[in-house]
Amino acid sequence: MTVGPAAPPVLPAAAPRGGGRRGPLWWLVLPALFFFTVFGVVPLLGVVALSFARWNGIGAITPGGLEAWRAVLGDPGLLHSLWVTFEIMAVSWLVQTPASILLGTFLAGPQRYRGFLAVLYVVPLLLSSAAIAVTWKALLDPNFGLGAGLGWSLLSQNWLGEGGLAVGVIIFIVSWQFVPFHALIYQGGVRQIPRSLYEAAEIDGAGRVRQFFSVTVPQLKYTIITSSTLMVVGSLTFFDLIFVLTAGGPGDATRVLAVEMYQTGFLGNQMGPASAIAVIIVFSGLIIAQVIRRLGGRDPSASQLEGM
Amino acid sequence: MATATRTPTPQTSPAPPPEAAPSRSGRVQRLLRYNWLGGLAGWVWVVVVMVPIYWIVVSSFKTQSNFFASNPMLPPAEPSLDSYRLVIESDFVRYFANSVVVTVGAIVPAVLMAFMAAYAIVRGGDSIFLRLSNSVFLMGLAIPLQAVIIPVYLIIIRLRMYDTLGGMILPSIAFAIPLSVLVLSNFIRDVPRELFESMRLDGASEWTTMWRLAFPLTRPALVTVTIYNALLTWNNFLLPLILTQNPEKRTLPLALWSFQGQYGVNVPAVLASVVLTTLPILVFYALGRRQLLAGLTAGFGK
Repeated sequence: MTVGPAAPPVLPAAAPRGGGRRGPLWWLVLPALFFFTVFGVVPLLGVVALSFARWNGIGAITPGGLEAWRAVLGDPGLLHSLWVTFEIMAVSWLVQTPASILLGTFLAGPQRYRGFLAVLYVVPLLLSSAAIAVTWKALLDPNFGLGAGLGWSLLSQNWLGEGGLAVGVIIFIVSWQFVPFHALIYQGGVRQIPRSLYEAAEIDGAGRVRQFFSVTVPQLKYTIITSSTLMVVGSLTFFDLIFVLTAGGPGDATRVLAVEMYQTGFLGNQMGPASAIAVIIVFSGLIIAQVIRRLGGRDPSASQLEGM
Repeated sequence: MATATRTPTPQTSPAPPPEAAPSRSGRVQRLLRYNWLGGLAGWVWVVVVMVPIYWIVVSSFKTQSNFFASNPMLPPAEPSLDSYRLVIESDFVRYFANSVVVTVGAIVPAVLMAFMAAYAIVRGGDSIFLRLSNSVFLMGLAIPLQAVIIPVYLIIIRLRMYDTLGGMILPSIAFAIPLSVLVLSNFIRDVPRELFESMRLDGASEWTTMWRLAFPLTRPALVTVTIYNALLTWNNFLLPLILTQNPEKRTLPLALWSFQGQYGVNVPAVLASVVLTTLPILVFYALGRRQLLAGLTAGFGK
């Protein structure tokens, strides 16, 4: 609110520098840089290094060459968790994107009750994934859950006990949790579409539905890219929810990469292969983000105030 | 300009529902203007979101026997606080305190450091070092905690901080920094240059300018960043899972998980623990809804 008029960002070069007794500023960055280097940058390099090492999580770390990579890449379990991760990523994207665009467009309207609805939508976003998983596990329990209590056989299936159903449940819960978040992003996007485009469409005789598909959706292109990147890259790191809900089960039906990494490293005491899986997670995320960005051609680090 | 559209063009009417095409009355037009599909989705989603939440709250006030006997969607005839008593007696207060210590201990220093860094990046002029630092933080946005948790675990062990609250605080600080720097530096950039100029003419040092001028002016963004990171830290499950073993050092999300195993089929107790761990967040949400929403979409709200 206190943001000034749409002044272009001050160029760093234009700021007064060096002159007089004004000391340099670079040292102000040091504390933040130090913390982020020690617990962000170094671990990123460390995880690559550890993927070439032998370590059981407690004892000494010894060089292991390509051993860990060979073990991971030769393990059919990895292919399976890649597939499960991809499946959850793709289907939850397909479910969430249309729902979020629709809800975001709806929320962008001026009516006050929509603001009230938005207040309710956000509640799942505030809960920890652990709380959400605990809740849904109780709610979906075939013997003690909501379905059993109501006596509806359709609802009282063994939701988390059968592979296909469990994947579906996870996709549903993920959508339950994150659709409101993406709807808020789309709400912001829709509000920035110039009114004049709708006026022009109206003069051309386009109805509501036509306007939605011919004006709203194309105008949201960059928002769709941002939201999709967050959705897809974020789904690579789903851990809490799946770990608490199914722990990768039944069998290995929901063992996504992050769960596979945890089980290999912290339960199986094989930190080398676990680090290799972590490297795969990081690189998949970077590659997917690049692909999505190429598709849209936009620098995600651009100022969020741009054009406001 | 916008009001001109209020008068619809009658003859060339919308394509989708064909029977509406020949209408003369503005009322049908208005009905068509209503975003019924969005409206329907909007209300359906409220039901989808609220039913489980309603069920949690209602069930947590039932006794265990009552829970199995009654209609799950009806509030209990005589609300009972037994489940809440049980949860509070299971060391809940300790876990709550741990969560508060970790969240406050991580977020206050993280936001202050991020503010100083953002200030330097915006005001520091043409420095290669500052530009490089900024790229490091931007790159940091793309590093997920899950992927680097093994080296973080190794570092915490080597620092002899395994099983301490401090061991959870340090990585939480680090991972709160990148987004905070991004949001805060975007905000500081919008402070009018003349204000800095006049501070300089008054002979204020850079340090004074930062705290006396930039800090108060950046307050909305500081609040946003604080609330957002506090939420993430409060809800973090992975760090306590990996970095603690001693039940006394658990924070709430991990405690919830163990409650679930501990209470087993005592569903009302499990749900009461969910309500109790979520209550502080909801209070925060009620107090700072605007800032929180701004924070949740900060950096991507475009």
